[in-house]
Amino acid sequence: MTSHPAAPTPNTGYTFTAIGLHWLIALTIIGSFALGFYMADLPISPQKLKFYSWHKWAGVTIFLFVVLRLGWRLAHQPPELPAGMPAWQRSVAAATHVLLYLLMVAVPLSGWLMSSAKGFQTVWFGVLPLPDLLTKNAELGDLLQQMHKLLNYSMAALVFAHLGAALKHHFIDRDDILARMLPFLRNPSGDTQ
Amino acid sequence: MKFWPNSLVLACTLAVLAPAAQAVEFNQLQLNRSSLSFVYKQMNVPVEGQFKSFRSKLAYDPAKPAAAKAELEIDLASIDAGSKDANDEVAGKAWFNTKAFPIAKFVATSVKPLGGNRLELAGKMSIKGKTLDLVTPVTVTQQGNSATFDGSLVLKRADYGIGDGIWADFGTVANEIQIKFRLVATAAAAK
Repeated sequence: MTSHPAAPTPNTGYTFTAIGLHWLIALTIIGSFALGFYMADLPISPQKLKFYSWHKWAGVTIFLFVVLRLGWRLAHQPPELPAGMPAWQRSVAAATHVLLYLLMVAVPLSGWLMSSAKGFQTVWFGVLPLPDLLTKNAELGDLLQQMHKLLNYSMAALVFAHLGAALKHHFIDRDDILARMLPFLRNPSGDTQ
Repeated sequence: MKFWPNSLVLACTLAVLAPAAQAVEFNQLQLNRSSLSFVYKQMNVPVEGQFKSFRSKLAYDPAKPAAAKAELEIDLASIDAGSKDANDEVAGKAWFNTKAFPIAKFVATSVKPLGGNRLELAGKMSIKGKTLDLVTPVTVTQQGNSATFDGSLVLKRADYGIGDGIWADFGTVANEIQIKFRLVATAAAAK
């Protein structure tokens, strides 16, 4: 579906779809995380109610992007890791990616459940109502709020690890791991492998 | 209406036939079976709430519906507006200002039978120092020793100055508040 400009071997790069979804999801997650972090302790105001709605719309949207991305991931083999990478690093990388995928699903789900339990239905862009999976229950709502927070902080920690690893690969190992997701970093003379 | 189950048709027939010859007056409010709830839209999302404390003086004789009387007093501080944040907020000056105006009051001025078990109730609603006319349909259901009065109406919050200042814009909290009431009264000895 996409052409691979200057991609000589088939499995060294991500498709345009994969790169696009990665960055789309990265940016929407960071924005939505920042908004959630900021809005939670605001005193009640119309602005706060708007922020909550936007945050919930963003959550549903991110969830849909993640579904697309999981579909892509199941249908495609990701490119190979650099040949010299030690086994333990490969394991850690694999585990981090599995956890990131799990959290990309779990974080929006926990937010949706939390909203249901708190009695505030999620209506995507104020138009499409999502069913409430739980009936209103204040205690359960508070518990799910804690869970949503915990899952988010776990995700933030993993995102930092992911980012740190990407930078380490680029600047210390000098391999093409980061360039695969940021094609403009690729050495114009050709493949770095 | 051919999809109605027979039992429902039967129940409706009975309900129509039920008003008996003997004079009864339903005038004892059963608070634990009554409710006063509302739905408001916040960012186009319906949120449910209710008032937990209210009193009603009412007198309804099915034989003389037009002579019915109804008064309702609502303790505004007993509101559950959907969350603790919301409850604290609506007690404040911009909303109900419950310190200055603790009670909302409705006094019926006329009751018009609409046929069947339906009535039209008109009266004066006072909230936050403002009194306005209010008309609502009411459905009466008699069962044994009790009568249930059900109704719903739309009240516009801005008419009473509920939600001033930063909340005056209807973009976040809509003007229309859907109100649903159910008052259950039992009959005391007829006069």
